[in-house]
Amino acid sequence: MNAPVKLTLKDFSTDQEVRWCPGCGDYAILKTIQKLMPELDTPKENTVFVSGIGCSSRFPYYMETYGFHTIHGRAPAIATGVKLSNPELDVWVVTGDGDGLSIGGNHMLHVLRRNVDLQILLFNNEIYGLTKGQYSPTSQVGTRSPSTPDGSVDLPLRPCTFALGAGARFVARTIDTEAKHMTPVLKRAHAHKGASFVEIYQNCPVYNDGIFDYIKDKKSAADSRLVLAHGEPMLFGVDNQKGLRLNTATLQLEVVTLGEADVTVDDIMVHDETNLVLAQMLAALSTPDFPEAVGVLYCKQEVSYESSVYEQIKTVRAKKGVVDFNEVLRRGHTWTVS
Amino acid sequence: MSVVEKTSEVAAANAAGAAVVVRFAGDSGDGMQLTGSNFTEATALHGNDLATFPDFPAEIRAPAGATFGVSAFQIYFGSDEVTTAGDDLDVLVVMNPAALITNLKDLLPGGLIIADSDAFTDKNLARAGYKSNPLEDGSLDGYRVIVIEITKRVIASVEPFGLSHKFAVRCKNMWTLGLVMWLFDRDRSITVGNLEKKFANKPDIAQANIAALNSGHSYAETAELPSGVEVYQIPRAEVKPGLYRNATGSDALAYGLIAGGRLADIPITFASYPITPASSLLHTLAQHKEFDVVTFQAEDEIAAVCAAIGASFGGTLGVTSSSGPGISLKGEAISLASATELPLVIVNTQRGGPSTGLPTKTEQSDLNQALFGRHADTILPVIASSTPSDCFDVAIEAVRLATQFSTPVLLLSDGYLANASEPWLVPDLTQFEAFPVQFETNPEGFSPANRNPETLSRVWAKPGTPGLEHRIGGIEKDYDTGDISYDADNHQRMTDVRKAKIDGIAKFIPAQTVSQGPSAGHLAIVGWGSTYGPIHQAVKRLRAVGVDVSHIHIRYLMPFPENLGELLRGYEQILVPEMNTGQLVEVLRSKFLIDAKRLNKVSGQPFKIREIVDAIESLLGESA
Repeated sequence: MNAPVKLTLKDFSTDQEVRWCPGCGDYAILKTIQKLMPELDTPKENTVFVSGIGCSSRFPYYMETYGFHTIHGRAPAIATGVKLSNPELDVWVVTGDGDGLSIGGNHMLHVLRRNVDLQILLFNNEIYGLTKGQYSPTSQVGTRSPSTPDGSVDLPLRPCTFALGAGARFVARTIDTEAKHMTPVLKRAHAHKGASFVEIYQNCPVYNDGIFDYIKDKKSAADSRLVLAHGEPMLFGVDNQKGLRLNTATLQLEVVTLGEADVTVDDIMVHDETNLVLAQMLAALSTPDFPEAVGVLYCKQEVSYESSVYEQIKTVRAKKGVVDFNEVLRRGHTWTVS
Repeated sequence: MSVVEKTSEVAAANAAGAAVVVRFAGDSGDGMQLTGSNFTEATALHGNDLATFPDFPAEIRAPAGATFGVSAFQIYFGSDEVTTAGDDLDVLVVMNPAALITNLKDLLPGGLIIADSDAFTDKNLARAGYKSNPLEDGSLDGYRVIVIEITKRVIASVEPFGLSHKFAVRCKNMWTLGLVMWLFDRDRSITVGNLEKKFANKPDIAQANIAALNSGHSYAETAELPSGVEVYQIPRAEVKPGLYRNATGSDALAYGLIAGGRLADIPITFASYPITPASSLLHTLAQHKEFDVVTFQAEDEIAAVCAAIGASFGGTLGVTSSSGPGISLKGEAISLASATELPLVIVNTQRGGPSTGLPTKTEQSDLNQALFGRHADTILPVIASSTPSDCFDVAIEAVRLATQFSTPVLLLSDGYLANASEPWLVPDLTQFEAFPVQFETNPEGFSPANRNPETLSRVWAKPGTPGLEHRIGGIEKDYDTGDISYDADNHQRMTDVRKAKIDGIAKFIPAQTVSQGPSAGHLAIVGWGSTYGPIHQAVKRLRAVGVDVSHIHIRYLMPFPENLGELLRGYEQILVPEMNTGQLVEVLRSKFLIDAKRLNKVSGQPFKIREIVDAIESLLGESA
């Protein structure tokens, strides 16, 4: 056998013209993933990208792997079929806030609950881009859009909260333009056997520009993001002077400052990514009162759906042995007419 | 005068060529379906040809004694070929007044009623809508009636087993079955075996049921039954020699899908969502993990079809199934399969509609949906099964068309076919021609848009194959490269080739045959789907008395066989019976510009032979 040729970013780029708007966060995500692919040691031919409909869902056309651009909201269901047909395949789902949480919310719920071994990347730009800017299920209250000219009135969904509620065993959050943060998060998602849900804050420069500036701009980033690391105290802010402490009276996290009111690093809660209750609290944190958590919020390894399905099949086949189809048809009550 | 006159004389029943229709009717909790299926097995082993028609309410357990909760099982058996579940009843077994009032209209004058008088209480009579007890008020004088205190006798016969009153009473279906088995000289041993197996973990219940069965049988043997009631002896039917088993259409369809997968040399991924009356297909396939079948109960109809499409992209054959309303939900995804030219089989077990309609009743009103019920110019093959055992062959054919022409295929069955059973000449898979799938493996000159020049089928390259990485999707694709394309001429060309591929299937399917009668003449009765049985019998009866009438039954509804138009033009008149308001007839009229006439019925019940005979007579009478 030939020694495997080391692949590069170029090997994962197609000859198709990328058709996102100039400045779209999707470009950065695409580049990070194309760069990540050679490091994953998955044969290119075993990699499949499945998407639904929306700006993010154009993604498979630009990946030199197998790809399927499907219909609105249904990528998780189609990807489930791909994985069931061949569990050896490494299947990625690319979706957005409208595709994955509005029209496809039911499929997202069930793919996470079932724990099908997929990497699900939800590009959250809090807007419908491809249909020209209507508000989405993650848009903040008051979002003015062609369909909500006086501001939206309904409560947005928090994708990571939804995923945890649906029973996801891997939930993470990262930011479009931050390859250094995204790459290790996606590696973790890929290594996790089961449904891995990754929310990516993604800027739409045309219809919702700058909504994530608070967490991306150097000036405000330190105070508005909590970079999670398993086993480490949850510190943030300039020089990590702030932290999150569990208030045992209210059972809620609170922001404290080291050195104030005798607070030391020992008072700061340590991140435990296997703690579901903590993950739910982290998923709910939002600015300006709290920093927003990025990194792996929750990770718990459990058996994946398709492995259980094939395990059952193996057991039945071992029990029944090699079976002849004609013989099965002739079982039970039969009679001969001569 | 009607050409066919049917009477229920015992003498007639004993004559050669005899056939009898028996219906068991009771509360949905009375075990009528179990009684019927056991009687069916015994009848098949007796050597009669038969057909059954289970007719049950949508309510799982309606309030006891309610007319809307009546569950019935009908069996038609005889010494001649049997292709329908029969028209009017010779024997009606009723477990309560509601069963009598809802079924009496179908009993022939002079027919036999067997009734449990213990169930004809004031409460049950009132609930059924009787003002007085029909067993006592003389209103049944036109029939022969056997009134037995069945409940009391059952309780006495199972007393040694110490069952509670509730469980003891539940044995009354077996007591009644024993009595009917005596009446028709059936062997009880299979039922005994079935009961031992069914209640393997509750031997006292098994023994009580067997005791009830035997007790009913010996009651009939020793009781002084009214005059004219004696053992019916139906001579054995003359059927094709070979090994037989009973099969419902749903069973045969499930086995046909497995067989199709084996002939195509490809695993099946079956993704479905529960819906009446289609769910039994999922149940049967889920029990056969020993074959290359993976079953998936999805979260909804859309997810089911999408998972099946994903599976086809992944390199197995995706199959999904539902009934009309569920097929509506799958519509958008079916068009994706058509646009991406992936194989897919969609089974529609039709039911009465629209909307929730009559979920447990039969209809064939989804033909228009199958042919036209999607956005844009989504064209796909549509085929229909005509009898329970035909479901096997049609399922194989659906797999062949899907895999050989890279297309979704719609297979139409219906509630009657799914639940009805008939003796099935067990097929030998080695006698079927294989059609192994050829996956592309060669990167040289590969494009996902490559086609087989003969069939126009798109190349199938599955993930995992080195060098063939490619993207497909719902956006229009360039004819040569498969890349996304919004080019005007290209869209015309792609639309044309998708249509040409499906139209071209006509070259790869058998020519339309005439199942009875001459291939040109006065009148052809043209049917599709489960109307096969009643049309066959009606035409047979009329031909026996010299009427010039033919029967043509269409399996391939899209595309039609190449010779169909020419064949139909060879008849002076065409009559199309359908269990809808006239869907095939409109297609035939518009496609072939022929003056086809219609005969329609949407009562949730199959056609009676008599209804088709009458329609033919009236049509011929008008034209004479």
